[in-house]
Amino acid sequence: MSARPRTLFEKIWIDHLVSQDPEAPAVLAVDLHLVHEVTSPQAFTGLRQRGLKVRHPERTVATADHSVPTHPRSLPILDQLAAAQVDQLTANCREFGIPLHGLGSPNQGIVHVIGPELGLTQPGMTIVCGDSHTSTHGAFGALAFGIGTSEVEMVLATQCLLQRRPGTHEIRVDGRLRPGVSAKDVILALIARIGVGGGTGHVFEYGGEAIRALTMEQRMTICNMSIEAGARAGLIAPDDTTFEYLHGRRHVPQGDAWDAAVERWQSLPTDDGAEYDKSITIDASVLEPMVTYGTNPGMGIPISGRVPNPDISGDSAARRALEHALEYMNLRPGQPILGQKVDVVFIGSCTNGRISDLRLAASVLKNRRVADGLRVMVVPGSEEVKKQAEREGLGEIFRAAGAEWREAGCSMCIAMNGDQLNPGQYAISTSNRNFEGRQGKGGRSFLASPLTAAASALTGVITDPRTLPDFDSAPATLSS
Amino acid sequence: MAEAFETFTSRAIPLPADNVDTDQIVPARYLKVTDKEGLAEALFHDWRFTDNGRLKDPPFVLDRPGLAGRRILLAGDNFGSGSSREHAAWALFSWGIRAILSTGFADIFRNNALKNGLLPIQVERGRQRQLFELVADEPEAEFTIDLASQVVHLPGDEDLPFEVDPFAKVMLLAGTDELGYLLGKTTEIDAWEATHPGRVDTLTGAGT
Repeated sequence: MSARPRTLFEKIWIDHLVSQDPEAPAVLAVDLHLVHEVTSPQAFTGLRQRGLKVRHPERTVATADHSVPTHPRSLPILDQLAAAQVDQLTANCREFGIPLHGLGSPNQGIVHVIGPELGLTQPGMTIVCGDSHTSTHGAFGALAFGIGTSEVEMVLATQCLLQRRPGTHEIRVDGRLRPGVSAKDVILALIARIGVGGGTGHVFEYGGEAIRALTMEQRMTICNMSIEAGARAGLIAPDDTTFEYLHGRRHVPQGDAWDAAVERWQSLPTDDGAEYDKSITIDASVLEPMVTYGTNPGMGIPISGRVPNPDISGDSAARRALEHALEYMNLRPGQPILGQKVDVVFIGSCTNGRISDLRLAASVLKNRRVADGLRVMVVPGSEEVKKQAEREGLGEIFRAAGAEWREAGCSMCIAMNGDQLNPGQYAISTSNRNFEGRQGKGGRSFLASPLTAAASALTGVITDPRTLPDFDSAPATLSS
Repeated sequence: MAEAFETFTSRAIPLPADNVDTDQIVPARYLKVTDKEGLAEALFHDWRFTDNGRLKDPPFVLDRPGLAGRRILLAGDNFGSGSSREHAAWALFSWGIRAILSTGFADIFRNNALKNGLLPIQVERGRQRQLFELVADEPEAEFTIDLASQVVHLPGDEDLPFEVDPFAKVMLLAGTDELGYLLGKTTEIDAWEATHPGRVDTLTGAGT
């Protein structure tokens, strides 16, 4: 029997299709539901009002990440609203029987960092969370996407969602990345090319030589920011890199069950001849480190580039948007982005707050000092990342360089927890969004890779990591 | 959602910015609430207020004289991008908005809007431009949104038909929510689960 060739997306979709009425969306089963303090309280209230239980607490896991302070855990949460929200999560989890990796737990951390870390994120699964960066988990070949709070309530109650089937885009990244150019630069280059709405209604599947060569953590960086191109989800087919990462983690199958799981996962990659609605090809070998200059993640340029001039940009809407962005950012059209002053460097987030990101940043900061007057924050993505970094001496490298080595959480990526820019300040950030006020009201953000952010921490201005004195002599540590 | 979506007539609020993200619609510091109350005050907060809490001068479009109470937002391309926060839909609804016209909506925002009595209406780019021109020339122009017929009645007896997800349409018109429908699928869900064991067990460790 020769089945019609299918994409990875299609295989997962069909595998989770519970039922579908004519004209209605599909009822799609959810394997793993991640919950955090900010988008869940109203969903639990809804359950209580209807007298409903959580259908599968054992397929649900919670943590506190968005509004938690990153100062020492021995100090109380000073923000009364944030404290109440975290307490509410604890109470809700207790009432409904959901396991919680809360403050003080050795597994607390950003929800998209701890899922993979604990081995909860596995190929072929459907994973949802009331958070748009749920797309991160697609790096394992899981269909993972963000949902709203009404949908959180639906999943808590039924372990299912109503979904219209999205389309698919193939994103081929051919060739090899040059030293100093990382996964973050690939995804920023893609978004700059197709725009922040370029993926709306579609799931991206990334493939090609450059993607295959990436580690799992780098793949997570790519899938994480798929949402910044408007994509419903990002996917990368599982391979030996995936299996090696997962093997032995707490929640993955063990023993014979592991072998059976790997065999099942090996059938997931897209079949030869399967069709996508659209294909986009990127040549990795010509990419440079990328930096954003504007107020959405699509406003990015190669680090050697200049801030675009509104006078020569397309239609009137594009010109107006660019003018507005440059006014907010207080940048001049045509100015080089290199050398632009920054006040704060933020290294962390679900995009680039994992151990390999911190290793890269530390490789730049080791035996050096951050620029005078600059605030440099290094925020591990999870308690486990923090402990690992300390075992490797990275925390000490950051502290010795004059950076703040903080506790795990979303921190200044979303600036809900007191870690924030002052009005008018500039930050170079390894996070995912440079929207107006995203990192603090009136703050201005440049998005970049951990290498670029760390290089800029040494100088206080946007700096190309490839121009660091020992870059050529130490490509093994500085290239990613 | 308890209110049925009924045909209504309103003037429009023009917001010609593209890619309006949900961080602008409700800044993150207003997400520390544990209920849905008070979010109208947070709506477009940082576009409306100066650092010391006064309305900006000139005011943001929501605060212009005579625009209070309008229920239609005429927006630029790709409205609602970014964060999944449903607070954005709650805040717009709470302000009184019931329909948004744009050339496109971010997926999660569209889903959230439809679950909260807020109708996203997708229009073609040329038509969007005409509507902005119309509202600029005639700020008092009235539009009637008729979801049952899937038509926006424009001034001068012109009709603008629009597409809407047929399922979402039924839900909006009845004022019922999707969870009720999904709970009605319990038999199907039970049957599916009987042949599809869980992939992980978050309570005990290793999965199967």
